[in-house]
Amino acid sequence: MFAFVLRRIGQSAFVVLAMAALVFLSVYAIGNPIDILLAPDADQRERDEAIARLGLDKPVWVQFLTFLGNLAHGDLGKSFVFGSDAVSLILGRLPATLELAIVALVLATFIGIPLGMLAGLRSNTWVGRTVMTGSIIGFSLPNFWFGIMMILLFAVELQWLPSGGRGPTGKLFGLEFSLLNPAGWPNLVMPALTLAVYKVSLVTRLAYAGTREALLQEYVRFARAKGLSQTRIVGVHVLKNILIPIVTVLGLELGSMIAFAVVTETVFAWPGMGKLLIDSIARLDRPVIVAYLMIVVGLFTFINLLVDILYSTLDPRVRLADAGS
Amino acid sequence: MSDVAIEAIPAVETPLRRFIADYCANRLALAALVVVLVLALLSLLAPWIAPQNPYDLTQISIFDNMLKPGERSMDGNLFVLGTDEQGRDMLSAMLYGLKMSLFVGAASTAMGLAVGVSLGVTAAYFGGRIDAAIMRLVDLQLSFPAILIALILLAVLGKGVDKVILALTLVQWAYYARTVRGNALVERRREYIEAAQCLALPRSRIIFRHLLPNCMAPLIVIATVQVAHAISLEATLSFLGVGVPITEPSLGLLISNGYKYILSGKYWVSLFPGLLLLFTILTINLVGDHLRDLLNPRLKT
Repeated sequence: MFAFVLRRIGQSAFVVLAMAALVFLSVYAIGNPIDILLAPDADQRERDEAIARLGLDKPVWVQFLTFLGNLAHGDLGKSFVFGSDAVSLILGRLPATLELAIVALVLATFIGIPLGMLAGLRSNTWVGRTVMTGSIIGFSLPNFWFGIMMILLFAVELQWLPSGGRGPTGKLFGLEFSLLNPAGWPNLVMPALTLAVYKVSLVTRLAYAGTREALLQEYVRFARAKGLSQTRIVGVHVLKNILIPIVTVLGLELGSMIAFAVVTETVFAWPGMGKLLIDSIARLDRPVIVAYLMIVVGLFTFINLLVDILYSTLDPRVRLADAGS
Repeated sequence: MSDVAIEAIPAVETPLRRFIADYCANRLALAALVVVLVLALLSLLAPWIAPQNPYDLTQISIFDNMLKPGERSMDGNLFVLGTDEQGRDMLSAMLYGLKMSLFVGAASTAMGLAVGVSLGVTAAYFGGRIDAAIMRLVDLQLSFPAILIALILLAVLGKGVDKVILALTLVQWAYYARTVRGNALVERRREYIEAAQCLALPRSRIIFRHLLPNCMAPLIVIATVQVAHAISLEATLSFLGVGVPITEPSLGLLISNGYKYILSGKYWVSLFPGLLLLFTILTINLVGDHLRDLLNPRLKT
């Protein structure tokens, strides 16, 4: 077990290092940030000064080694645009993105599971067929377009909800959260729903398949034979058993939701890290792009490592197969 | 439907005919397939059937800009779906945009298939180190979400149709590689491969003529769904400003253009291209969904 964990950690470190090289080199290839940062009428002296200040005059490999050394200290340089530390800039935006992703995840669970179970219980009626066709529509909806249409309907036509931005927030441990301030809730509704649509379809399908399978099991037949009510059978026996795969999948999906929040945040001008990334790409703000990518790579590698170790604890076959190859 | 086919040609019920009959038994899936084909045809015929060429500056007039659906221009042309901020007919722009979206989706899927299948079959056939190396790469790629990989690649490569196709190819290949490898590992232990090896057929012939055709079923399903996924991803990337250039807009870019006018209530610039995009993705997904049901051996009794 110890050797397995050690090997996996080694592999993860290698992945992070490889991605660091890839990210750095590829971002280095994008345009010259000086052209964007300086006023068009800047003279050569101002230009040279700015280049020297940002360290852009050194060879690529020197810049990369400096970058690796700084990476070890958790320092990924200063934003060209904001002038402040890139990592803290992104981490400052992290709570907004995390809040959005978690609210969307909760929404997906509470909408998807009942829908999927309903479809599973009535799989041969029009209810079941409608829900399952609806889930295909949910899979097919272009996410950003759905967001735009929500703005059109609820913000422009009906004027029920604000069209974008984060609104008032409440503070907890010095971090800002919309959930803590009821005045900020309306701002959260549309972005969270938009981010949740795809996952609602996913959860619905999982719950549907799980329910249909569970209904054929012995324990359900036994519960029926015992004379338990339908509500109890479905609400306790079936629900408990379909939850395991759903929770596993949703845990893994949290990461992809943080990545996909890039789109939702752009549509609703939500001040999270995804919006920051898109703005930075447009402004060629290299340190911020690099820092975002490294933080996300680190996050994903960590989640994958955790899942691997967890699975190997639960199922020794994974560990043995790995040692054998 | 299947009864008719069997009665008409009783002696030759080939697997392909049976498959076609099975497919047509589901009305929704049949309708979806027809719609997909019609959409593809419409997009191919766009230069001939569109009311105007939206990128020919001599045909559009800035005075016709932002007309509502159903309004007429100064010289009496009808704009069924309205016009955009430069006076382009939305219907024409959508037909051209559909062509771009379908082209990017199909081209990137075809290239992803070629790359993924080659690497997957290689991994399965040779095994050992080669297999381990390729599959590690697949694992690595699949552990990151597609949107993130495409975004990084395009941030680096810049805008352009060819670059979007390249990025979407690199996003997709891993799915095909993993599927083909899994199937090929099972198939290569079958007797017909052994027989082919005994006949001393060249390796490439065994791989491409014997092994690969037997791994096709799951690939067809995944590739169908991936076309829809690629179209959706391309639209998203274009919306984020890293996709196709403004001179060759896809449906995604048309929606993105309309986004600017949403707050002033000018709905038609992004509503109609979005509906067409949704319809395209939805019908392709419906076809894929039904193919999965048909080609999944576990559901056959």
